[in-house]
Amino acid sequence: MSPLSRREFVAAGVAAGAGLVIGFYLPHGESKKELFSPNAYLRITPDNKVTIVVARSEMGQGVRTALPMILAEELEADWKQIEIEQAGASTLYGDQTTGGSASIRTTWDPMRKAGAAAREMLISAAALTWGVPRSSCTAESGRINHAASNRSLNYGELVSKAATLPIPTDVPLKQSKDYKIVGQRLPRVDSPGKVKGEAVFGIDHRVPGMKYAVLSRCPVIGGKVSSFDDKDSKKVSGVSYVGKIGDSAVAVVADSVWGAMEGRRVLNVTWDEGPNKELNTAAVLASLKSAPSKKPASLFSAGDPAKAPGRKISAEYNLPFMAHAPMEPGNCTAHFQGTKCELWAPTQVPQDCRDSVATAVGLDPDQVKVNVTLMGGGFGRRLEHDYAVEAALVSKAINAPVKVIWTREDDMRFSTYRPASLHQLSATLDGSGFPVALTHRIVAPSISGQKGQPTPGGVDPDLPDEAGPVYGIPNYSIDYAMTETPVPLGWMRSVYALQAAFALESFIDELAGATGKDPLQYRLHLLAKDQDLPYFTTTWKTARMRGVLQLAAEKAGWDKPLPASHFRGVACFGCFASYMAEVVEITMEGDQPKVHRMVAAVDCGQVVNPNILEQQIQGGIVYGLANALRAKITIEKGRVVQGNFDDYAPLRMDETPTVEVYAVPSQEAPTGIGEPSVPPVAPALCNAIYAATKKRIRALPILG
Amino acid sequence: MADLTLRVNGSERKVSVAPETPLLWVLRDTLELTGTKFGCGAGLCGACTVHVDGNPTRSCSTPVSQVAGKSVTTIEGLSSNGLHVLQSAWIAEEVPQCGYCQTGQIMSAAALLAKTPNPSDDQITQAMNGNLCRCGTYERIRKAIHRAAGNIAVGGGAR
Repeated sequence: MSPLSRREFVAAGVAAGAGLVIGFYLPHGESKKELFSPNAYLRITPDNKVTIVVARSEMGQGVRTALPMILAEELEADWKQIEIEQAGASTLYGDQTTGGSASIRTTWDPMRKAGAAAREMLISAAALTWGVPRSSCTAESGRINHAASNRSLNYGELVSKAATLPIPTDVPLKQSKDYKIVGQRLPRVDSPGKVKGEAVFGIDHRVPGMKYAVLSRCPVIGGKVSSFDDKDSKKVSGVSYVGKIGDSAVAVVADSVWGAMEGRRVLNVTWDEGPNKELNTAAVLASLKSAPSKKPASLFSAGDPAKAPGRKISAEYNLPFMAHAPMEPGNCTAHFQGTKCELWAPTQVPQDCRDSVATAVGLDPDQVKVNVTLMGGGFGRRLEHDYAVEAALVSKAINAPVKVIWTREDDMRFSTYRPASLHQLSATLDGSGFPVALTHRIVAPSISGQKGQPTPGGVDPDLPDEAGPVYGIPNYSIDYAMTETPVPLGWMRSVYALQAAFALESFIDELAGATGKDPLQYRLHLLAKDQDLPYFTTTWKTARMRGVLQLAAEKAGWDKPLPASHFRGVACFGCFASYMAEVVEITMEGDQPKVHRMVAAVDCGQVVNPNILEQQIQGGIVYGLANALRAKITIEKGRVVQGNFDDYAPLRMDETPTVEVYAVPSQEAPTGIGEPSVPPVAPALCNAIYAATKKRIRALPILG
Repeated sequence: MADLTLRVNGSERKVSVAPETPLLWVLRDTLELTGTKFGCGAGLCGACTVHVDGNPTRSCSTPVSQVAGKSVTTIEGLSSNGLHVLQSAWIAEEVPQCGYCQTGQIMSAAALLAKTPNPSDDQITQAMNGNLCRCGTYERIRKAIHRAAGNIAVGGGAR
């Protein structure tokens, strides 16, 4: 009987947030009878090669290592024999969007079940081969062993037999105390290639016969091409094509990047600047202040803050637009061939790229193949599909493969931006100086709303992961007033959590300061009682927030004296279902803070790879420091002002503190770590600056 | 267009390019050495760092005509035999996250160690401050440089 006829299509149950289907993957050119592939994530061949497919995009956050570790654990694989394969846009893995600190969260169940099912089939295969009961066989490090008769077979030797067996649907999963791979500091699989310069990023990908293109885009937001004169461009050596792409850009195509850039430099475009040519940042901030008078959407509501009696304190905070600025500027390679189109994209959303490209070039989605490359940072910038659509349109126009490259100025000026926001906080204090009521109104445009995605009840769909309650305060309300802006909006690492945390944790510090209390003790008082704070699909627990706060404070030596002229600040916040507390230690150099040390404590459930966890926390803190100190995108006459790293300056080595990371041990299902370390940074730093100077910062960035 | 003879990673390479073409694009597109990266095009980020006669140089801001007759080393040629001690240290300290800036970081660090085999923290900062990393790996870069310097000191052997 053919192995295929006994295979069953196994559909995984749609667990909350997972939505994955374990389907079948039949790679090209491999004989079916020589292959064991009980699900789309896994292939084992008779020569004992174990290939695990990663269906998320690697942008530095370590998914190419962490996700296979999860499957390999349940499979009982020998980690040294694992090979990793990157999935492109597919129909086999559910939603492959990489973002929202959700890669491990959403693949924890499917990867474990995939590995466990294969393990059980290999045990069955060995038991049948030896004629012994299943229960007398054990899987260990890539082998099935029968201790009683001292027999052992490696997985490759069992492949043919295993491939004939039915796929079990209900398999036992390992207990965390038995983990040998998950929880270990296994070296990242991508490090060697990256240090040798062999790792291929999107911008490095090469297709034979490929051309290069740069686009001249309307510098005014929302403007269009009126006309263009390419006479001088066509004289540049190597330039082969100049043409309008979409409504707002003109592409210059050449046989070299430099030729395309030179061709663009001498291109003359007349722009129809459109409705936003007088737009400036001041106008945007003013529009936040005069937010719509219609009732804001409630995000969280406990008690009745309006009725609580006591001393009232209120404050407003605001944050500017910010840019993602990943190190690898935008790019995509595309080859349109009439009835099909193939792309090599550094993208966090391969399926969205596939669908947008299909629409743009007039194909069906299954005629578009999107290959996912490594990317030099994402931070949410590569959740957009613009690169892919541009490359596909240019390829179609020239009927040849092409790589579209964005310069750093293009990347800074023609991106999507983290929305500016205004935060209105008020508290009513009891006789002891603690809040019996707290209200937080978030006023900001909606990223999803601008993109035409649903905002049920006037709530931006990111807010449920990012703007939850932290403290046990009896009368507590968080609400959201949606505004609009023509400035293109996008999701930047931690999205609205960065803003909500800056406002809330600065305000709590103000309350502590107004009542003469230690900021740590003030927070611990508000977390003293174990409480559940249900917020959309997350139940925030004050006990876990208290845990990270106490851990960070203990490791930072909060109660110990500081060296002279050193000051501390603390902040804690929860987002993406994880809990985070940070203590920062600074000195002041004139009116500029120098950050010496950051101590971070995180509770994110089961840690898959402690090294990757530390990398993410350390990296998020450095990212957050740059945001806090200097990050600001401004608009003048409808144009983004900043253009390169001189006027949008990331943190450099001389400004980077030591960062210590402590994780609360936990066997809860893993929660997010890509973003949660970012939000507490700005308020912790501003709180330290207040401790040093008694000056309260209510607007970011700190330096200008 | 000009016909130029370059010496890259110990080999003679003949190219026919506009002489003002930045060395970065000649390396990446003409010679297909993509280990050197494009980050800003303005000498602000260091991702494009190569060695010209041993000196760390921002190839995005160096016209290719300026390196004719000089010796150019890229990440691909940093070690003629296996991993450079810095590359080993980078792996041991688990430095790279996205990895895009790291070849430029390593080239800057290699130039530093060639002149200052056991650098202080301040010397490291001064040499490396021109190299940006948006993933925030600076602390581990510092540790890796110290580790590599330590290896050299105990006879680990720089390559």
